[in-house]
Amino acid sequence: MHSLPPQTALGAQSAQQDVIGTLSLTEVPDVAIASVAARKGHEAACAKTLQKLLGATPPGPGEMTGTTPYAAIWMAQDQWLLCAPLHSHEDIASLLKEEFGADASITEQTDGWACFDISGAAMHDMFERLCPAPVRSMQTGHATRTTIHHIGCYLMCQDGAFRVMAPRSSAGSLYHALIEAARSVS
Amino acid sequence: MSQINRIDGGQIDRTQTLKFNFNAKTYTGHPGDTLASALLANGVRLMGRSFKYHRPRGPLTAGSEEPNALVELRGGARAEPNTRATTIELYNGLWARSQNHLGPLGLDVMAVNDLFSDFLSAGFYYKTFMWPAAFWEKLYEPVIRRAAGLGALSGKADPDTYDKGYLHCDLLVIGAGPSGLMAARTAARAGAQVILTDEDFRMGGRLNSETLEIGEQTGADWAADTVAELAAQPNVRLMPRTTSIGAFDHGIYGAVERVSDHLHRPEDGKPRQILWRIYTRQTILCAGATERPIAFRNNDRPGIMLGSAVRSYVNRFGAAPARQIAVFTNSDDGHKTAQDLHAKGIRVAGVIDIRKDAPRSDAYDVFAGSKVTDSKGRLGLRRIEVERADGTRHWIDCGALAVSGGWNPNVHLTCHQRGRPQWNESLAAFVPGGVLPPGLSVAGAANGVMSTAGALRSGAAAACTALSLKAMPDLPEAEDAPLSITPFWHVAGKGRAWLDQQNDVTVKDVKLSHQEGYRSVEHLKRYTTLGMATDQGKTSNVGGLAILAELAGKSIPDVGTTIFRPPYTPTAIGVFAGRSRGKAFKPTRKTPSHIWAEEQGAVFVEAGNWLRAQWFPRAGETHWRQSVDREVQATRGSVGVCDVTTLGKIDVQGSDAAAFLNKVYCNGFAKLPVGRTRYGLMLREDGIAMDDGTAARLAEDHFVVTTTTANAVSVYRHMEFVRQCLFPDMDVQLISTTESWAQFAVAGPNARKVLQKIVDPSCDISNDAFPFMACAEITLCGGLRGRLFRISFSGELAYEIAVPTRYGDALIRRIMEVGAPYDITPYGTEALGVMRIEKGHAAGNELNGTTTALNLGLGRMVSQTKDSIGTVLSRREGLNAPDALRQVGLRPLDPKDKVPAGAHLMAATGPVDAAHDQGYVTSACYSPTLGHHIALAFLKNGAERLGETLRLVSPLTGVETHVEVVSPHFFDPQGDRLRA
Amino acid sequence: MIINHPLLGPRDASEFTYLGDAALIDRPDPDTATAARDFYEYQYLRDNPAGTLRELWYHEAGDRAWLVVTRNTLTHEITHVELARDVARKAGRST
Repeated sequence: MHSLPPQTALGAQSAQQDVIGTLSLTEVPDVAIASVAARKGHEAACAKTLQKLLGATPPGPGEMTGTTPYAAIWMAQDQWLLCAPLHSHEDIASLLKEEFGADASITEQTDGWACFDISGAAMHDMFERLCPAPVRSMQTGHATRTTIHHIGCYLMCQDGAFRVMAPRSSAGSLYHALIEAARSVS
Repeated sequence: MSQINRIDGGQIDRTQTLKFNFNAKTYTGHPGDTLASALLANGVRLMGRSFKYHRPRGPLTAGSEEPNALVELRGGARAEPNTRATTIELYNGLWARSQNHLGPLGLDVMAVNDLFSDFLSAGFYYKTFMWPAAFWEKLYEPVIRRAAGLGALSGKADPDTYDKGYLHCDLLVIGAGPSGLMAARTAARAGAQVILTDEDFRMGGRLNSETLEIGEQTGADWAADTVAELAAQPNVRLMPRTTSIGAFDHGIYGAVERVSDHLHRPEDGKPRQILWRIYTRQTILCAGATERPIAFRNNDRPGIMLGSAVRSYVNRFGAAPARQIAVFTNSDDGHKTAQDLHAKGIRVAGVIDIRKDAPRSDAYDVFAGSKVTDSKGRLGLRRIEVERADGTRHWIDCGALAVSGGWNPNVHLTCHQRGRPQWNESLAAFVPGGVLPPGLSVAGAANGVMSTAGALRSGAAAACTALSLKAMPDLPEAEDAPLSITPFWHVAGKGRAWLDQQNDVTVKDVKLSHQEGYRSVEHLKRYTTLGMATDQGKTSNVGGLAILAELAGKSIPDVGTTIFRPPYTPTAIGVFAGRSRGKAFKPTRKTPSHIWAEEQGAVFVEAGNWLRAQWFPRAGETHWRQSVDREVQATRGSVGVCDVTTLGKIDVQGSDAAAFLNKVYCNGFAKLPVGRTRYGLMLREDGIAMDDGTAARLAEDHFVVTTTTANAVSVYRHMEFVRQCLFPDMDVQLISTTESWAQFAVAGPNARKVLQKIVDPSCDISNDAFPFMACAEITLCGGLRGRLFRISFSGELAYEIAVPTRYGDALIRRIMEVGAPYDITPYGTEALGVMRIEKGHAAGNELNGTTTALNLGLGRMVSQTKDSIGTVLSRREGLNAPDALRQVGLRPLDPKDKVPAGAHLMAATGPVDAAHDQGYVTSACYSPTLGHHIALAFLKNGAERLGETLRLVSPLTGVETHVEVVSPHFFDPQGDRLRA
Repeated sequence: MIINHPLLGPRDASEFTYLGDAALIDRPDPDTATAARDFYEYQYLRDNPAGTLRELWYHEAGDRAWLVVTRNTLTHEITHVELARDVARKAGRST
């Protein structure tokens, strides 16, 4: 085991948690992420492996499929982000390379993103103040890229809650925007 | 003397009394009042002074079209000038004062302007202040600015916040009068997602101000019931206090919601206003119509109002503008006003109707075929002069005059794209015409449908059409009388008859500008400023057109019309800025070592959106150069460390990855062995250098490409363009990994010794095993996955080491710890810059969008054995001329001299001018290694001119020094150090 | 403006960056005798019609797809949106 202690995207030892009115905001630092992009001519084989890992049809545009241990978010044509628990899948890229072999290009993305879960009665009001995504009509399984205060994010809807993923270096700016919007609607 | 003109009825809550302050005097009103209605209820008609002549003015209207009653609302940092008293919702503790006067409102010293009105007519500024030019800035402008104008800003930072937001719906209904409510109700009952906006705080539009009936109810009750029904439906969003300001492309509408303007101050964390961007499939514009006045001599006195405004004050607000009111009209509207006043027990001093066949009344005098020719009352109306059909004139006492000159449909949003309003003869008004914004239809008075029944019907029909509903809903009964109007714009005669009351434009001004040749409407507007005030001529534009048409002997549509731009009503800049203020103006990107660098006292610089450490001052260092020089010397002398995470990193994979890089880089990558890194130069298709960086080959089909910090986004975009548009079937996949890896440059003769304590012993980083330009995936600190690149920007033995970003903070602390025996020194972007200039490496200053590989001294990098982006056009003759600029180094002949960036090179003797320009300095610094200033420059045919002496000039800063042309590789030109 | 992305449906134009005439897809063959002339025309000579234009837009804040958008420059009406990659393939750029 190596000897370097990790830091959260907000620069702390533990995840940030806030409750504002009915809204709860929780930083989620323990997600392993990798991108999976089908190699040319291997699209079907890639989709098949993906289907095996997910136990479901790979998500299409604007969708995500959440299962255990892997959840997949559609990124682009023939490209997905796969997420898994960090404690079991710390080296997610290597694990996926074994699964996909020459059918896909795998790139580690775990530390590319800062991740926040938002839930509560006013969460739709909150996201209406943040991004142009049609948040009221989003349902479990919907995932879209959108822009929050000029930060390109993924916005996902799962089990009555929203998850936002933003580039890790902008975590502070995103957190500031989330908190201000939460106060604004509470 | 409280609320002396308060009368019975109205939609105000008399159970509560609100206190407010206007011009240092305390008054009372009730919830449901506007500032204007409350002031009128208190007997206050005078609310402001006019723009140019400082004429006493009161409200002309009861709505957002108000030109006169502009006040400064709230004090201190929250002060807001030019707010319309007619739309300010009264709240407890409201504070307002009138503006644009010196001394008390009733005794404005600047009203002297009014006496000089003959000099201040149309085009006055243009004629008077043409010369001398020097007088303009020093004399005329300051005087005019003080004398003419509106309110002033507080000059303090706005303490409130503004939000932006985004809404989606099937149907947007703009305006909640009878047509809007009916449209929204029809759509809501059909299950559509509906948004209904209205600028008023109480929905209902004219229904709240008129005494008409819908079904068995009063109009106001029907409106209230309908609003209640809509409010209960989950598919409806009611947005009162929300002005739809603009119709933009493809069903996007802008709307400003005034969340807190009716509160003493916003609640904690809540915005004052929200700028909504509404995405809708269909829109129905139900914006109603605005009544217009008739111009006559001295028609601007406080107390002279539009008839519709008088009915609003009396019926909706229970506030009588006066106890004795006359009416001046060209239609039956005026008689409606008289009947309403009579019913409220207010004395109707007479109805002056220009029509000979005006309806009679038993209750009050009707003067048929008559007109109002003048008025009296210095600070408020006292009497009017009436000219009867037989030509006789007499004066009538009255405290207010209700003027009805017809209605102009509110076509504004129909013009925001390609709409051009059309003249409707029977209404004597413009109605929506031309190509309306796609998806927008217009109903009710906004579309020229002037009866209540017609409004309800057209609202329902528009909703049915918009949503493809088959059956029209049952409609309640309502008055359905057609509007009959006899067009009448102004009373001819002597004296000043006011058209645009906000900009003080009179009928005479229009005549004068016509006489002087300004015959197009657009010229008229600009010459007289008619319609160019904050009200955008809502009550004056059509009148001005009518008079121009009369003078030109043309019809109004032949003269033309003016169209409207967003916003519909004045909108605060703050709401457009939203939360993007101060430090939140744009997102900030922080490096993995940011917290650590802060602890070291680093000075930060913005690079793109990144904050990077610029230098790390130490105790006793008083000038930035002391820090930078020390950082350079420490790095060259032993070892330094720098966070280079910000460089763009793009993961390139696929069986065609090498072939793809061969396309985007002008030099070759196909033969780069696995485990090696190569410098690459990207050209634009026109042959100009775009960006440079390195590509490390981690596997046969896997490269990691770096870009400069500034171009990370544009290079990635370009690579996607090449991949998708130019070579759509290459097997190559791209993704950015900039954020995923914390990367540190460790540079200096002791760099290897430091890293040997970091990198796990299983990874051999000796010079033999891991030579210059090697790269590898490694483990460090006992098993952490990482990457190591032996690349050097500083010219020293150097490595870049990368770990997953969450370990970046820990890694920099560990590097500092194990580097302590070698006095490891963190360095910032300044020291980085100095070391790269010493080495002659090009950076942003050299890759400046005008330079080719040849200019950069990298001409031979452009492979002629393969095709890559930019190769063909880089061969153009003009880019390869013998005297093309070449990158050189410069050293001052006198070692004490500076060589400033931006200075130009001239021959040692001879003229100093553009024609003799030899080149220019791109980057300059003090080199602590060499002990004097150095610079990189582009010089004509520079490669052949080493050793030449040139003059360096910067006429702007007065610099003229002599420099020697030298190799740009100032330091270790053979590169022995970096291969050590 | 709203661009109806072939995969993602209607998206706000603010998510896109604009490049210009879709003729940029038709990069000339660098290995012909007329290459210098062809590249000059490709790089610099473009129509600027008041009317229908096929344009390249990049969904930078989305799925990073390059799109060919057929737009009327006078009315902003968008009549057709395709994936640029599909357009490039149809134009014979696969090899």
